[in-house]
Amino acid sequence: MTSIDDLVAQISGLRRQDLEFWIFNEWVRPDEHAGRYVFGEIDIARVRLIQELRDRMEVNDASLPVVLSLLDQLYDLRRRMRELSEALTQAATDDMRLDLAMRLARRSPISGALY
Amino acid sequence: MSGNRQWVDTLEDPYKTLGVTREASQEDIRRAYRKLAKKHHPDLNPGNAKAEEQFKAVSAANELLSDPEKRGQFDRGEIDSAGKERPAYPSYRDHAEGEAGRRYSRAGPQAGGWSAQDIGDMFGSIFEEERRTASERVMPGRSERYSLTADFLDATNGATRRLTLPDGRTLDVKIPPGTTGGHILRLRGQGGPGRNGGISGDALIEVQVTPHSYFKRVGHDIRLELPVTLAEAVLGGPVEVPTPGGPVIMQIPPHSDSGSEFRLRGRGVPAHGDRAAGELYATLRVVIGAPDPALEEFLRNWKPEHPVDPRQAMERPV
Repeated sequence: MTSIDDLVAQISGLRRQDLEFWIFNEWVRPDEHAGRYVFGEIDIARVRLIQELRDRMEVNDASLPVVLSLLDQLYDLRRRMRELSEALTQAATDDMRLDLAMRLARRSPISGALY
Repeated sequence: MSGNRQWVDTLEDPYKTLGVTREASQEDIRRAYRKLAKKHHPDLNPGNAKAEEQFKAVSAANELLSDPEKRGQFDRGEIDSAGKERPAYPSYRDHAEGEAGRRYSRAGPQAGGWSAQDIGDMFGSIFEEERRTASERVMPGRSERYSLTADFLDATNGATRRLTLPDGRTLDVKIPPGTTGGHILRLRGQGGPGRNGGISGDALIEVQVTPHSYFKRVGHDIRLELPVTLAEAVLGGPVEVPTPGGPVIMQIPPHSDSGSEFRLRGRGVPAHGDRAAGELYATLRVVIGAPDPALEEFLRNWKPEHPVDPRQAMERPV
């Protein structure tokens, strides 16, 4: 668990007022404990991501929420897909999993089925 | 080509990686890098190992060529292109796909789990094949609509009524106090059964309320017309007033005319939850009753102390 001071010291090129602006806009949502922000690992990784999007890819503050929203939806879907795979791994028989794999492979563009 | 340019065989040429010529300006390199970084950034391409490799190569190439000093050294063959990757730290995607990623879920951090809708969508699309019949799909049950007729007092005071469904099941339906006609009660999970493990639908029960012969609902108040005898109206006294909660005794003062209105506080629709009880308003209606010779005789000889014309205020035809 990391405080805002530690985080600003830890990530080079990160300005405290930028981070506060991101928190204000809820692009980063650290926990609050006793009136202070506490950053978990995912929050820190997200701060780095936003910094990269802004500095290295020139995504500006106006586009950033759109990009983040799309990314959040992408990761939601991937999390769901992972949950679905886990459920299938546990519940489906070997035959059923093989059948599914074949059906999905037939849909893949590599086989030419859709093209 | 000098001997220390062996990297060409084992390592990517950083110029090729960025797709620029050896004569490219620093600005060209910057632009090329930015374009490729956007395309291959691993957090924007989760699960795509090829993108990740390319991003690493692009980053390493940029690391080298964006620094004019290093670029010069490389061009002169003084250094090779290896070992220029940025220090590794856990990337966003390592967290975002796991449980921790729920913090930034679009549906909110508390959301999670699969709704019946999601599961229906999933199994209705992934598994849908011509050969599979609809009967094999997981489907939530349908909502089923029923109608229930409650009498006025049950709807006003609240009651539990047993409903027998067409399939023979019985449902105990709780009608809350103060229910009015058209109100729909929802009984979760009491509708059509889900198929293949789907959740059951809801039963929606529309309540019809039969009118009462003398109580009328106005919001949460009850109004009624209270018949009184001539003697009760003139002399006053205790009269019994019916209310939804049972009869109560009300004292009417002497000389209470027909049409006088009395309020019985809290005797309307009973309190329920946060809602206070309504009032009961009783409007007197004088009933002179069956012909009575003694009364007629009295009135013929009666000389009022203060004769009045009750129609005095009405306009008369000229």
